[in-house]
Amino acid sequence: MVGPSSQADAGWPADRWAGSPSDLEARSTALRRIRVCDLSGQLAGAGATRILAAFGAQVIRVEDPATSGGWDIVRGAPPYNDERRGIEFGGSFNNHNTEKLGITINLRTERGRDLLTRLITISDVVTENFAGGVFARLGFPYERLQEIKPDIVYVSHSGFGATGPYRDFRTWGPIVQAVSGLTFTSGLAGQPPAGWGFSYMDHLGAYAMAIAMLAALWHRDQTGEGQWVDLAGVEVGLSLTGTDILDHHVNRRAPRSPGSVDSNRAGAPVMAPHGIYPALGEDRWIALACRDDADWARLADAIGEPWAADARLATLAARLAEQDALDARLAAWTAGQGGQELADRLVAAGVPASPVRTPAERIDGTPATPGWDLWPTVAHPDIGPARVEGLPVHLSETDWSLRRGAPRLGEHNRFVLGELLGVGEAELAELTAEGVI
Amino acid sequence: MNGPLRGLRVLELAGEFSAYPGKVLADLGANVIVVEPAGGSVTRSWGPFAGDEPAPEASLQWRHYNTSKRGILLDLGADADRERFRRLLVDCDVLLEGLATREVTALGLDPATFADDYPSLVWVSVTPFGRRGASPDVPTTDLTLLAGGGPAHSCGYDDHTLPPVRGGGGQSAHVAGSFAVASALTALLHRTVSGRGQHVDVSVDAALNVSSELATTQYLADGGIVRRQTGRHAMVDQTAPTQVEAADGHHVVLGFPPRAAEDYASIVEWIDLAGLRDDFPDVVLLELGVERGGVAVVELATDPLAREIWNASRDAMMLLAARLPAYDFFLGCQRRGLVAGFVASPEEAVADPHLVARGFATEVTDPYTGRVETHPGAPYRFSRTPWRISRPAPRLGEHTENVLKTGWAQD
Repeated sequence: MVGPSSQADAGWPADRWAGSPSDLEARSTALRRIRVCDLSGQLAGAGATRILAAFGAQVIRVEDPATSGGWDIVRGAPPYNDERRGIEFGGSFNNHNTEKLGITINLRTERGRDLLTRLITISDVVTENFAGGVFARLGFPYERLQEIKPDIVYVSHSGFGATGPYRDFRTWGPIVQAVSGLTFTSGLAGQPPAGWGFSYMDHLGAYAMAIAMLAALWHRDQTGEGQWVDLAGVEVGLSLTGTDILDHHVNRRAPRSPGSVDSNRAGAPVMAPHGIYPALGEDRWIALACRDDADWARLADAIGEPWAADARLATLAARLAEQDALDARLAAWTAGQGGQELADRLVAAGVPASPVRTPAERIDGTPATPGWDLWPTVAHPDIGPARVEGLPVHLSETDWSLRRGAPRLGEHNRFVLGELLGVGEAELAELTAEGVI
Repeated sequence: MNGPLRGLRVLELAGEFSAYPGKVLADLGANVIVVEPAGGSVTRSWGPFAGDEPAPEASLQWRHYNTSKRGILLDLGADADRERFRRLLVDCDVLLEGLATREVTALGLDPATFADDYPSLVWVSVTPFGRRGASPDVPTTDLTLLAGGGPAHSCGYDDHTLPPVRGGGGQSAHVAGSFAVASALTALLHRTVSGRGQHVDVSVDAALNVSSELATTQYLADGGIVRRQTGRHAMVDQTAPTQVEAADGHHVVLGFPPRAAEDYASIVEWIDLAGLRDDFPDVVLLELGVERGGVAVVELATDPLAREIWNASRDAMMLLAARLPAYDFFLGCQRRGLVAGFVASPEEAVADPHLVARGFATEVTDPYTGRVETHPGAPYRFSRTPWRISRPAPRLGEHTENVLKTGWAQD
């Protein structure tokens, strides 16, 4: 399957932005032919459509006017860029929804459901991350979406998926992480689980959702067939613990008990020393690892103390057997040294090392990944210019671009409902007055 | 049944950061050939091992990350095999690699010129700091990448004499690999129109930097630095615990404290059902909460009673959590519409009744040993083109002869 597909000109529009005002138009050319009718939000959903938007897809976020978009708990929530508060001032919302268009539709009303139906007719993808079954109860089960547009790609993302005994249970990132094994596998020996300290699964769930959309679009381009992809965050999470599951099954191990995990030590491959050690300063730390005996020899050389030169530590087996004592010695050595300076010295000697970098250091210090422009500035109509997360990829021909901030509530009603759906001025006014939009 | 990527040809050069995206593509139906050097990929020496005996065919790391792929051995330092590699590349849609720059150069590949020879190829590089500007010889591991890239800074305990924690499971490869797949598919969707391939440069460090949630958005918004806290979100300010050790020694995770009247009524009913009314005199506050129709978050700053009710609901949840087995607490909460979770190990989680009902775990039989392997199943359920493991991970050179004879054709 090399080269342009025979389905390439099978009737899908070549450019969803054709004829749109230039201030709205996406800059990336990669996915300009894709339009996403996006009912998803928070990070687990918004983080997925954000990737497509950065690559030029026309992502239209549909929010509820009756609750001022309040279903998305991130809208208007901290952090804030300044002292101003309100639904347009949430910093994370601005980050997660950059480059999208925003409209309002009240799906409790028949006219609202009609508007959504018309939007689906001209979309390639429909996305949502309500709890399992909610979108169907609003009148839009997959069967209905198919009636509206036979080749639609529909991706639903919930904590537990669209079927099964926990379908109606409510979750957010930390709950998904806990139930899927990722919280358990993060911690220090003799301590309770540390978890991740953030909604790791909102990120990874969003990435899986983006992959699902793109793979389904690929299939649609080849065959003309749409489909429904049901994503359960817990299943995405468990798919990130495969070697643990395989190990316990194949080797018939009993389930581990709480406190038995030390994830700062090496699992696969086995290494020692391998950990996070104190550095000079309050709450400063350095991670270092010896991949093999040669790394250890280099580290021992850098340490330059008699205990490190002990020939008994030359083998991995010996270092593993004495890991607690070795870690204590190392910690005593690292504690008096600046984390960045020591890491630089070890890396120059060929030993993997890095300080535990604070957000200020990794974002505004010397970037570990050079020349990337990882933190672009977008313009939000109320917040003003603000830095957001870029993408950790660069495409040589059709790279991503982020320049517009998150949409205000209903900011693009006139363009999307008026221009794209052909709703006249008088009707728009009426829909607004009736609370439909 | 075939996956959505059926027919897509992917050549993967075996390595730490190419294995996971290769598996994602392969389990979605792509025709993936993984290329190993003579003697096998270094990742075959990574445990855990079947029977705890290190051996190239016993590496469960290899067995897991190479499902649905075919495997060939090529000595890319030798002219004849390099020519075989080039012949495969001519008819290939995606090249996936995480090699050092000097190794790529030795293959005659250069992001600036490869399109002359392979105009429709999508070439994906996944390297620790990106191909475009990084110095070539910075040694890294999953641990050092997660420490430098952001996640470890947010993860750990209230007690800051304990070090930050690196989450387990080799997650740096998953984070970067997810972007590699999404970007490769994006480039392929563009190729459908343009006919042209391109180079996709993925940085593992950059991927972690943009996958650290609040630590990043907080800093970008107001310069605030979050602090790690036990089993919950790292925040600028210290927050109340949300992780509780349950009666059976396992842990549960509480959601945002309940605030609706019906939530308070449910908790009162549950306190009585569990026989805890005498242990929890503040139950009267919850009953007040029912009477006043719940508590609004905005009232907390101004109304002392609202604050007391709010605190009582949190205390009630902590008490129930501590007095019940973890799983019972989870079910008890969720059946009452209260958000909560329990901390399961992966090996327990895969056997959970919900996942069993959804048929999640996937068994793969290795025809050589007869061994049955249980893998995590579909992370996404495609209604028409299901995800599936189409074959177990290849043995050393299992498909070399076949592929050299018939190329990309699948048996």
